[in-house]
Amino acid sequence: MLSDADLAAIWLTLKLATTVTLLLMILGTPLAYWLAKTRSWWKGPVSALVTLPLVLPPTVLGFYLLIFMGPQGPLGQLTESLGLGTLPFTFPGLVIASLLYSLPFVVQPIQNAIEAQGQRPAEVAATLRAGPWDSFWHVTLPLAKPGLVTAAVLGFAHTVGEFGVILMIGGNIPGVTKVVSIQIYDHVEALEYTQAHWLSAAMLIFSFSVLLALYVLQRRRAAGGWRYGP
Amino acid sequence: MDPSSIKRPAGNQVNHLATPPAATNSIDGRFYLPFTRGRQQTDFFLDVDFSIPGSGVTGIFGPSGSGKTTLLRCIAGLQPCAQSHLRVNGETWQSANPGAATLPVHKRPIGYVFQQPSLFPHLSVEGNLTFARKRATQPVNAENYDEIVQLMDLSGLLDARPESLSGGEQQRVAIARALLVKPQLLLMDEPLAALDLARKRDILPYLEKLHQSLDIPILYVSHSVDEIARLADHLLLMGDGRIRESGAAPALLSRTDFPVQLGDDLGVLLEADVIERDTQWNLLRARFDGGDLWLRDSGEAPGERIRIRVLARDVSLTRTEDTDSSILNRLPMRVVDITADRDPAMVLVRMSPRATSVSDNSGIITARVTCRSQDALALAAGEEVWAQIKSVAIVR
Repeated sequence: MLSDADLAAIWLTLKLATTVTLLLMILGTPLAYWLAKTRSWWKGPVSALVTLPLVLPPTVLGFYLLIFMGPQGPLGQLTESLGLGTLPFTFPGLVIASLLYSLPFVVQPIQNAIEAQGQRPAEVAATLRAGPWDSFWHVTLPLAKPGLVTAAVLGFAHTVGEFGVILMIGGNIPGVTKVVSIQIYDHVEALEYTQAHWLSAAMLIFSFSVLLALYVLQRRRAAGGWRYGP
Repeated sequence: MDPSSIKRPAGNQVNHLATPPAATNSIDGRFYLPFTRGRQQTDFFLDVDFSIPGSGVTGIFGPSGSGKTTLLRCIAGLQPCAQSHLRVNGETWQSANPGAATLPVHKRPIGYVFQQPSLFPHLSVEGNLTFARKRATQPVNAENYDEIVQLMDLSGLLDARPESLSGGEQQRVAIARALLVKPQLLLMDEPLAALDLARKRDILPYLEKLHQSLDIPILYVSHSVDEIARLADHLLLMGDGRIRESGAAPALLSRTDFPVQLGDDLGVLLEADVIERDTQWNLLRARFDGGDLWLRDSGEAPGERIRIRVLARDVSLTRTEDTDSSILNRLPMRVVDITADRDPAMVLVRMSPRATSVSDNSGIITARVTCRSQDALALAAGEEVWAQIKSVAIVR
């Protein structure tokens, strides 16, 4: 069935997806809130940037990240001057790449859920003497809960399903950057079809279960929709 | 934006009570919201300057689109409005002086009831009430809390989810929630407009109780004459973003030259004292400035002050007293003036009681009669007539 290398790949994938999802919820929620509420001129450009990973081939994103994080790139020079080495082919490098890649899947559902609330809940909260911060925590976020759940599930699932960017940034170092999708690719390359079958079936069942759970959840409380599927 | 560049439209005289700016028992405000299309300043959404009593219910009345809600939102701070000032009972909330801080919405001691109940759907009824209680201007003890819950009759609903309540129940929760912040000013934006007639009848008594039990000023926006007649002590009349008239509600609502078209709702509002109960015929006798009126007994005790409304269409005129009529209320009056109605077949006849002088405006009753009757009875100012009043409604 699953070899140790396969299990290591699964473990690494789960670790990556969990880290990325947590970070994205922390970073993506304020960004989504800003996008939902702002009337600034910057809304357009920022929205376009956030959505870019949806339409860009992963190889393009991966290529630019490789340059950016490499020894000649600005981030690479920064990390080297801090004595951290360069990020490509490391786990933190994968996390950064995945953050960008999965960003729209987290930001969009939260933004939609906040936009769907309209102005009224925040206005009511203000007339009940809740300041902006109080109102954000006790009204906006609880009302956006379905959107937050959708965002977390999509962010996690999409990171698990990542391949192109990881191939460009991480290569296939076992235990460090070799995630399930890469492991499957390697099995197929090596004509280990049985192994590839097991892992692929596991991915298929995982993805289907996650989406099924999500849709059942969405049906139960029809609020805070989301626009993009994986 | 340079304020001096804004050209104020002419003909914007406002009748308001002359109140010194330092008055501590009044609400004085000045708001204008320029309406800009591109860079061109075309008009004003709102251009108002008012001073209203700092207690009792002030009705803000006017047709849809006259700026009532916008005015209320400005007072709450929900609508940002530069170049404006607002003083509530001696405290400045907003000032046109450069550098003066504008109190943000959440720091204004207001309660706001929206047209839609707008309860938080993620909280139970009790959760909604607690949300307000925790953030109140001063601590709300258990006794205060129970009092408000009882006032709005919510004891049985505390565990319910907002979406399981009827519209009327939701609005009662919203009113209780607004009261629980212990506001110094209660703003109500057509709280009954989203409800059907039966629900309105359910909730109006609660609003009247509110009026009696609260000593804070209430601003009540409505386009319903009925609600205003029942609730308001003072009235701001709005049209096209301006204040057309301001004054005591009974006097203003009794005018035939009411600036807002009332149609069938035109009539007078009278304050009267119950002086007698006739248990044999289930009637009440109430005395107003123009004499006594018999009303259907609806439980008021002698000595109680009531507010009654006599619609102009319910008043007919005779030259001599018609003693074999089924109409109970026949009053000897003298015609003050006759004005044209919007309907070319009708005129409006204003009459004062014969006992009082014409210059005195008290006890005036208005009748809406046909031009033909006016001619047949030779009605003119100064003539003596009998007013037959077909129905009288106690509004409060």
